Amino acid sequence: MYNKKECVAMLLAGGQGSRLYALTQTVAKPAVPFGGKYRIIDFPLSNCINSGIDTVGVLTQYQPLVLNEYIGNGQPWDLDRIHGGVHVLPPYQKASGADWYSGTANAIYQNIPFIDRYDPEYVIVLSGDHIYKMDYNKMLSFHKEKNADATIAVLDVPKEEASRFGIMITDDEDNIIDFEEKPANPRSTLASMGIYIFTWSKLKAYLIANEEDENATKDFGKNIIPDMREAGEKLVAYRVDGYWKDVGTIDSLWEANMDLINPNIPIDLYDPAWKIYSRNPVMPPQSIGKNAVIQNSMVTEGCYIDGSVEFSMISDGVTVEEGAVIYDSILMPGCVVKKGAKVEYAIVGENSVVGENAQIGMRPENMENRDDWGVAVVGHNVNVSDGAEVAPKDIISEDI
Amino acid sequence: MGVNMSKVLGLIFANMHDTTVGELTKKRTMGSVLFGGRYRLIDFPLSNMVNSGIPEVGVITKSNYQSLLDHLGSAREWDLARKKGGLYILPPFGSGESTLYRGRLEALYGAINFIKHSLAEYVVLSDCNIVTNMDFKPIVEQHVKSGADVTVVTHTGNYTSDETNGSTVLNADEDGVVKSVLIKPDISGKCTLGLDVFVMKKDFLINMIQDLSSRGYVSFAKDVLQAKCGELKIMTYEYTKYFSRVINMLSYFKANQELLDTENARQVFLPKRPIYTKVSDNAPAKYDLDSNVKNSLIADGCIIEGEVENSILFRGVKVGKGTKVKNSILMQGTVVGRDAQINYLITDKNVKISDNHILSSEPSYPMYVGKGASV
Repeated sequence: MYNKKECVAMLLAGGQGSRLYALTQTVAKPAVPFGGKYRIIDFPLSNCINSGIDTVGVLTQYQPLVLNEYIGNGQPWDLDRIHGGVHVLPPYQKASGADWYSGTANAIYQNIPFIDRYDPEYVIVLSGDHIYKMDYNKMLSFHKEKNADATIAVLDVPKEEASRFGIMITDDEDNIIDFEEKPANPRSTLASMGIYIFTWSKLKAYLIANEEDENATKDFGKNIIPDMREAGEKLVAYRVDGYWKDVGTIDSLWEANMDLINPNIPIDLYDPAWKIYSRNPVMPPQSIGKNAVIQNSMVTEGCYIDGSVEFSMISDGVTVEEGAVIYDSILMPGCVVKKGAKVEYAIVGENSVVGENAQIGMRPENMENRDDWGVAVVGHNVNVSDGAEVAPKDIISEDI
Repeated sequence: MGVNMSKVLGLIFANMHDTTVGELTKKRTMGSVLFGGRYRLIDFPLSNMVNSGIPEVGVITKSNYQSLLDHLGSAREWDLARKKGGLYILPPFGSGESTLYRGRLEALYGAINFIKHSLAEYVVLSDCNIVTNMDFKPIVEQHVKSGADVTVVTHTGNYTSDETNGSTVLNADEDGVVKSVLIKPDISGKCTLGLDVFVMKKDFLINMIQDLSSRGYVSFAKDVLQAKCGELKIMTYEYTKYFSRVINMLSYFKANQELLDTENARQVFLPKRPIYTKVSDNAPAKYDLDSNVKNSLIADGCIIEGEVENSILFRGVKVGKGTKVKNSILMQGTVVGRDAQINYLITDKNVKISDNHILSSEPSYPMYVGKGASV
């Protein structure tokens, strides 16, 4: 008999991420490349292991192949354990039939047996589409101190941005007394970060009750949290400082990558005490050619750079040929930008090829009408032929 | 003709040539000498064996092997953490007559039980001083086909006396049968150099080790290749792909610099036959506003604010604002402050060079700064 686990993490990674369009056609959102050598899911997984949480269930159902292969046995995150470790949990067939996960709460509900195997006191629910560094253990201590039934991590956001988030209204002691989803006139600036800690016995009861209610949407934000509040359970807000970003849209994904390059944004990937782990590619060091100019950028192993790279995020195994210009852009793993091509304010997906003298995206200052400006996107495995153009805001997923 | 490579045992000598790069091996084995921005020299023979389909490898060590153990760990990164086969580290046995060995033969004697237990039919032996992407399969195939007792991998070319002195020079006939062997000769010009990679049948190797060791012989080159070259059938395998050899500090410097030539790098770093190494989870390299990097190899985890040219930067190297690094090799964790100038320098791990320093040497004699030193 193994020891029980105090806290089990459940990572919601099933979202399709439809607002990332071409970038999530064949991969689930948490498996989208980020920050040169990471995938989005590396952040919550690394946070777990750095916080001492060694049992993680990853709930997937959309395009799980890449994600499954990426997580594998969990070794890159030190999550290959005899008892515990990381487990990918797709929906499965039971004696009573088979169901897709119909909501975030239903996904956890269907995996009650998984959680019960570890007999935990607490369960932390995380999402697979946020970029941040956080010690969950501190939040757990807070949950215990407050003797709470549910603790929701919140970030104090600027008032003008508050209407984009789920907003928590609290009393003087950080008890949550009300909440509003994307309110037009927010009553508070405490935004939910999508990180919840529950006392497992309580959560389990509410999950089961919610499942029995045929009208429920089986969602944490819409059902479980409101149900718990109505029943008078103790809900508290845990305030977090520091960098946190939802990368659910093309613009926010692009911004979050640029934030890593910006020295004024407080997310440090070079801190040896809180490393972000990833499945490392087996590639030689980056080779910088005689004609290269690289400034204000991050470049990863396996690259060959002989062109100009500024304000950009260059992932592993990328080639930038002589005379090519990369400006304010993200090149995902394995892509090739040929001679004379320009990639400006754009995202180029994995293993795509930008032909000679092609133009992807444009700098806003070169636009006639600034309103037409936006980040251009080339999906994964796309060939852009020599001299072709992809306009700002365009998203292509087929060869042109 | 196909050879079943799963019936081949690999043996790597981690300490051979230690004395040739004395400063670099003061606190480590030859196999754990850092190379090429993110590797250690043992990564090359070890990855080559794995990529050639060899499922079982023994690494024969002698001394200073802490860094080697740390590097290899469970050998998962080389895909050698296996139930069947995998990696075995063979430190000196240290009892009875076998202690710290003096030559390859004596080293093999210390590992004889390991070799006996292996189910392999053939053995590939390699040192750690060759940087190349070598496929052992055609070498074993030629060995089997030719019926040789020993196959020696060689390269024929024009060598200086510096290069031959410290190596083995072989004279072979047109068929590649070795007729005579010179050990550490002082000659120059066109000659056939042994690259210290050998293939033998396992049973032949065991018999030879037992026979010669019982009579007090210790050296493979002298007591086998040279002394028995009339008696045994010793064949050469002429290697024609790109390689570089580390035989002294200057050749170490040059071998690193040669990787800056993309053609050489392409031949060593083949995507389908990758060189594996220990993973260290560094973030991508960061290039600052005023950085200017040309013709260099840069590993992950570097933060570059100054200029870097014709240089190799290992993981986690920092180059401060206004600093110029030229023609240098900066190993893991080297930190160069602001407005410093560096030319023809090799810094070992975790060296600190403070602001405004000028350290310059000559192409023929790159300056070496030892592990952890502060300048």
